[in-house]
Amino acid sequence: MTGRLLSYATLTLVLAFLLGPFLIIVAAALSAGETLAFPPQGLSLKWVFKVFEIESFRKSFALSMFLAVFGTLAALVLGVPVAYAASRYKLPFRETLRTIVSAPIIVPGIIVGLALLRYLVIPLDVGVGLALFIAHTALILPYAVRVVSASLENLRSDIEEAAVILGSSRAGAFFRVVLPNIRNGILAAFILGFVTSFNQVPVSLFLSGPGVRTLPIDMIWYMEITYDPSVAALAALLAFLSIAIVFLAERFLGFSRYV
Amino acid sequence: MSDLTYLSLKDVTLAYGKSVAVDRLSLDITRGELIALLGPSGCGKTTTMRAITGLMRPAAGRITLDGADITYLPANKRQVGLVFQSYALFPHLNVFENVAFGLRLKRLDGKTLDTRVDGGLDLVGLSHLTNRKPAELSGGQQQRVALARSLVMDPKVLLLDEPLSNLDARLRLEMRTELQRVQRESGVTMVFVTHDQSEALALADRIVVMKDGYIEQLGTPEDVYDRPSTRFVADFVGFENIFAVENGKLKTADGEVPLNPGAPIEGTVKGLAWRPSKVTLGSGSFSGIVKGSSFAGHAREYLLDSALGPIKAEQPVPHDAYAIGDRIAFDLAPEHAARLNRME
Repeated sequence: MTGRLLSYATLTLVLAFLLGPFLIIVAAALSAGETLAFPPQGLSLKWVFKVFEIESFRKSFALSMFLAVFGTLAALVLGVPVAYAASRYKLPFRETLRTIVSAPIIVPGIIVGLALLRYLVIPLDVGVGLALFIAHTALILPYAVRVVSASLENLRSDIEEAAVILGSSRAGAFFRVVLPNIRNGILAAFILGFVTSFNQVPVSLFLSGPGVRTLPIDMIWYMEITYDPSVAALAALLAFLSIAIVFLAERFLGFSRYV
Repeated sequence: MSDLTYLSLKDVTLAYGKSVAVDRLSLDITRGELIALLGPSGCGKTTTMRAITGLMRPAAGRITLDGADITYLPANKRQVGLVFQSYALFPHLNVFENVAFGLRLKRLDGKTLDTRVDGGLDLVGLSHLTNRKPAELSGGQQQRVALARSLVMDPKVLLLDEPLSNLDARLRLEMRTELQRVQRESGVTMVFVTHDQSEALALADRIVVMKDGYIEQLGTPEDVYDRPSTRFVADFVGFENIFAVENGKLKTADGEVPLNPGAPIEGTVKGLAWRPSKVTLGSGSFSGIVKGSSFAGHAREYLLDSALGPIKAEQPVPHDAYAIGDRIAFDLAPEHAARLNRME
């Protein structure tokens, strides 16, 4: 009986630990007061509406969306062939290749960001926007390769030979029988890449310039100057958006199989 | 190569990097024949089949089909069908679309395509399952889909890789009959690969027995089963008493032993082999001690220890004349032996 009680208590604590911050943010977002505070001072939706009126949020949201969508697409364009080659050919240094591709998630983001700033942006005079795009693509690439590899592992390679014998070209076989069968893996990789990019802080921190800030960086910046609940409101909105995406992905793709 | 030759391999050498899998193999196949490539794993049978499909390029030699040289013709232009051992159905397509795959690439009009797919599914008895996905089918049904998918393309040769090995015993027998029927009705030239001699004997018009990249023997099932020509083939089809021959005498560990004159032994013969059922027990010029006796359903098997070495013999059941330890006479009659012209 005590054992059972103990496990319930642990479970409650874990849930409180996981959900607590989220609930606090949501509560703070609904505050009617003028400063970011918990418990909220009265209830109101005014900060939620305020979020949409803040010009810099709108701009940085657009940039973050752009990076998340096109960075992920670029990572997939690079990552799908890498995953395919790694699964179909007995490449020399296959494990080394895998490690190199995974490097951007193993190396701390601070270092990646600093390195890109010091050796790409400054000496080559690359625009911050382009540097951000390159950085996000590189950060998403490991996820793209890993998730797509997982779904390629489950796909027999002889179906490509079957397609060729039935009259298809090698390339045609890839598009006709490989791609349709790893479609869910690619979608899962897209969602994972999107979320990773959208929430990325350390690298983006270094790659900010006048008027070029991703949304998380802009939130930090905003909070340093204006300490009102609109940041909490924005955070709550983003959290709900993420939950919706993951929920739909799980519902239609069985997302948890891939990550 | 005769006028009747439809598919011909001439001195075909196949290699994976530096390791040679098939060495200067020549084989002529007639239109409408059902050929089995038989041999243990690693004998080069699957490699030979891949060369016929075009999935693998020969290092040397020529392959011709229906009068045309196809040695370097890409796999997608060959009009050769292949039923994979794993079936290799497209998981994202239903039965109808799997079978229609090749026809769609040919850009047939909708009506012709439907007719041909329906015809193919009809031939393998799957017309009622057109909307199922491969994952919803049994192994036997998946194989039929794979068969129909190849047949609707109207291939010049249909290759089958271990077509029965993934099926359970009962299905295997059913599918055997099915393959024969499909071959009869479609008249397609078929080459199938197997490591199971009973499968090859039951199905094929001719059997190609392979070992280490060479053809050991090529012949009808009767040839291979009753008249193996090499030690390897004799061993493979169940001749358990095999002896080298020199000057008309058997070579044993203890020297040469003359045989009773029966049929004369030709000078080219390098070995003789007897099935256990062809060993005469109870009379003859040899004797041995019974070391083992076991019941094998259709017969009782005896293991004898003799001056020739161990001898395996069998007698139709019921048979209990000999007990372990008995000394009995036996004979190896030359007229009941298979003549082997290669012993290595």
